[in-house]
Amino acid sequence: MDQTLIEVEGVTKSFVVRRRAGRLRRTREVVNAVAGLDFTVRRGEMVGYIGPNGAGKSTTVKMLTGILLPSTGRLRVAGADPVRDRVRLAQRMGVVFGQRTTLWWDLPLRDSYELARRIYRIPAGTYARNLDRCVELLELGPLLDVPVRQLSLGQRMRGDIAAALLHEPEVLYLDEPTIGLDVVSKRRVREFLAQTNAERGTTVLLTTHDLTDIEQLCSRVMVIDHGRVVYDGGLDGLHRQGRSERTLVVDLERELPPIELHGTRLVRREGTRQWLAFPASASAAPLVAELAGRYELRDLSVREPEIEDVIARMYGEAERTAATVARIG
Amino acid sequence: MYAAVCLRSFRRYSTYRAATWARVFTNTVFGFILTYTYIALWHVRPHLGGYDLSAAITYVWIGQGLLSLLAVGDLGALADLQTRIANGDVAVDLFRPVDQQRWWLAVDAGRAGYQLLTNALVPMLVGGLAFHLRLPQGSAVDVVAGWAATALALALALVVSYALRYLVALTGFWLLDLRGIQLVYYLTSCFFGGFFLPVTVFPPALEAVARALPFIAVFQVPADVFLQHDDAAGALGALGVQLAWAVVLLGLGRLVQSRAVRKVVVQGG
Amino acid sequence: MAETRSFVGGGAARWDVVHAVRCYGHIVRMWIRAALAYPASFWMTMAGNLAASGMDFVVIVVMFLHTHALGGWSLPQVAFLYGTSGVTLGLADIFVGSMDQLGVRVREGSVDTVLVRPVPALAQIAGDRFALRRIGRVLQSGAVLTWSLLRLDLSWTPLKVLVFASLVLCGTVIFGSVFVGGSACHFFMADAAEVQNSFTYGGATMLQYPPTIYARDIVRGTVFGVPLAFVNWLPALYLLGRDDPLGLPSWFRFASPLAALLCATAAGLLWRTGLRSYRSTGS
Repeated sequence: MDQTLIEVEGVTKSFVVRRRAGRLRRTREVVNAVAGLDFTVRRGEMVGYIGPNGAGKSTTVKMLTGILLPSTGRLRVAGADPVRDRVRLAQRMGVVFGQRTTLWWDLPLRDSYELARRIYRIPAGTYARNLDRCVELLELGPLLDVPVRQLSLGQRMRGDIAAALLHEPEVLYLDEPTIGLDVVSKRRVREFLAQTNAERGTTVLLTTHDLTDIEQLCSRVMVIDHGRVVYDGGLDGLHRQGRSERTLVVDLERELPPIELHGTRLVRREGTRQWLAFPASASAAPLVAELAGRYELRDLSVREPEIEDVIARMYGEAERTAATVARIG
Repeated sequence: MYAAVCLRSFRRYSTYRAATWARVFTNTVFGFILTYTYIALWHVRPHLGGYDLSAAITYVWIGQGLLSLLAVGDLGALADLQTRIANGDVAVDLFRPVDQQRWWLAVDAGRAGYQLLTNALVPMLVGGLAFHLRLPQGSAVDVVAGWAATALALALALVVSYALRYLVALTGFWLLDLRGIQLVYYLTSCFFGGFFLPVTVFPPALEAVARALPFIAVFQVPADVFLQHDDAAGALGALGVQLAWAVVLLGLGRLVQSRAVRKVVVQGG
Repeated sequence: MAETRSFVGGGAARWDVVHAVRCYGHIVRMWIRAALAYPASFWMTMAGNLAASGMDFVVIVVMFLHTHALGGWSLPQVAFLYGTSGVTLGLADIFVGSMDQLGVRVREGSVDTVLVRPVPALAQIAGDRFALRRIGRVLQSGAVLTWSLLRLDLSWTPLKVLVFASLVLCGTVIFGSVFVGGSACHFFMADAAEVQNSFTYGGATMLQYPPTIYARDIVRGTVFGVPLAFVNWLPALYLLGRDDPLGLPSWFRFASPLAALLCATAAGLLWRTGLRSYRSTGS
């Protein structure tokens, strides 16, 4: 069996944006949201898709799900054209938009699932089994009879993810699934996704701003910037290329002179708190051990690098400011 | 300051272009439909309600022109106030050192100013091209007086309509769902204001009811002033009725507002 | 470009119509249940709708206080037009009227969530926010229609019954098509949603009065343009035994099914065009 699930070859997407400039004049601009994408995703892979705002992540997901038609290029999911075979493919995919719920706002959560059962024509046995699994793993039990509008963001996201998986899709697209969630919800969502991928072999493509998502879930990460894939590989490689740094935030018992620790550099000091940067590819464990041995600590935490910083360092500021927008007139 | 608020509101409404033209189109279509029903009726009864055919047709087009300007179907700029009441932002407004009733009147006046130039003028022009409309006429003095009185009547109509809508919006402090009261407001103001048919055409009992209600000051009065339906004394009397309603309703608005403030202070919104 | 074309041809054939209708039914049932969860609010808004649509009839009655005929038609005859116009618009409004909120959905971007489900977007959007309270207009117009039928004494024949039944059915389809076609335009101009009201509510108001009162060009426009005349005017000429002000061939009075079919086809094409434009612009 062919192991390739998603094929993207030379895909571009451009929009014409009309803007009012002054009282009567209007300018017409062509914005290249996606400017030549090439990648493939194999069955069972869990791929992180990251990039700054406006880089083309959402546009890519919209093209893969058949919402948007590519301007040029070839795009296949399970051998089918997502736009032409939208309805058939929809049966085989699950989609979660982080910012926008697919649940029915004024109705209890249970009703949305019941409707999904009918829309996706899920056999009764499969439906019951999948719902039970989601309810258990995502702890949805007490929420089933609550109208969706009364759910917190984290509860709603868990509800949305469950709704996307009831019909056992082969591929799951997640657009910013952890944005705005509390720590507990984030952890629960990540664990659930990892487990679903492992047990079911569900292919997962997730866009995110949160490098922790990638770190805990994805063996492969694709970075998109200015509508192109600029990195495709493991997370370690990304950190190496981006020379990204994590930060140890050290809270000491009392105010001390700057800490000198091999492999780190002090970036900030404020009262009893000090910030030490170290390469993201290095392990934090030996550093923490050494710190704990040498100093009396009140608290210690590791801060992950921001995606924007990593990418910015990767390509340098000058190139980032180059305009993607070609003015036509 | 209120002039600046008014101007800003005017500018803001002038950005809703597509929506404005859509509304103008709808008003114009309804103008044509109503005109033909009026022609059919006035064909049978040529001087019904004290209007000749040309005055009756003009009545229709004034109505379509003023529907948006006087915000009969919606709350006009007060829709924003209603939203602020619903989501609690109004608490902030109430403790600012500006008079709420005046502030929102300025905002609504800016809206009305823009809609006078679009929603009111365009259907009137289209109606004027398709049918013979009646403008203020008579001696030069009559014409000037007619237009001046119309301008005054229109300004007063806007204030009365504003005062009514202010009351409707303020009910949001006590009611959760305003759809019911808005619908009641829409129906009564359309019907008793004379938007569907002049109240002079109503059966006597119904006309008496309409004349006792404030809605007449919103539309029937400015239309009659424009059409010179009554003599000078009658027109002055009608303007007096408008003024009286404006004072009473604005006063009532203040009373309700102070109640609302007390409610917010005591219950915290 | 080749992909755009094939989407229209290939995709449509595979859409399971029965499944689409069933899903529409489920969505509708969910909304009714949700509305009935607040019975007081439901009955109040329904009574409001009833009163709102009744106001038009009060205007007609007031007019008939001053005359025995409007454009040569008596009050029961005008009431027949009023009733049929209101019932057909009301039914169309119930089934697909909430689609006029599509402009809002386009602006919010919530159309996307509809497009990732394996059911035609039309079935999902038509069922969304289904409002049973709109039945108020049907009930009120139905009452006026019943009164007019009792007063008119139409000496019913099987053909008349058939024409009457087709009037209700085809009228609903024509108004429904106007709703769908108008909503499809929201894909191109989300802010101008109100234009649609001119053809639905404006059209229904026009059909409440006899065709004889309007300029002939306007009536011609409703026969050969937006074919609203086929909703009730033309069948009513036959049912009430009146002359055609345009002097059209008499088969026009029986042509409502044809007009309904044409309208539905045009609306379907418009919808597909709208959806295609959404796919290429995403807005």
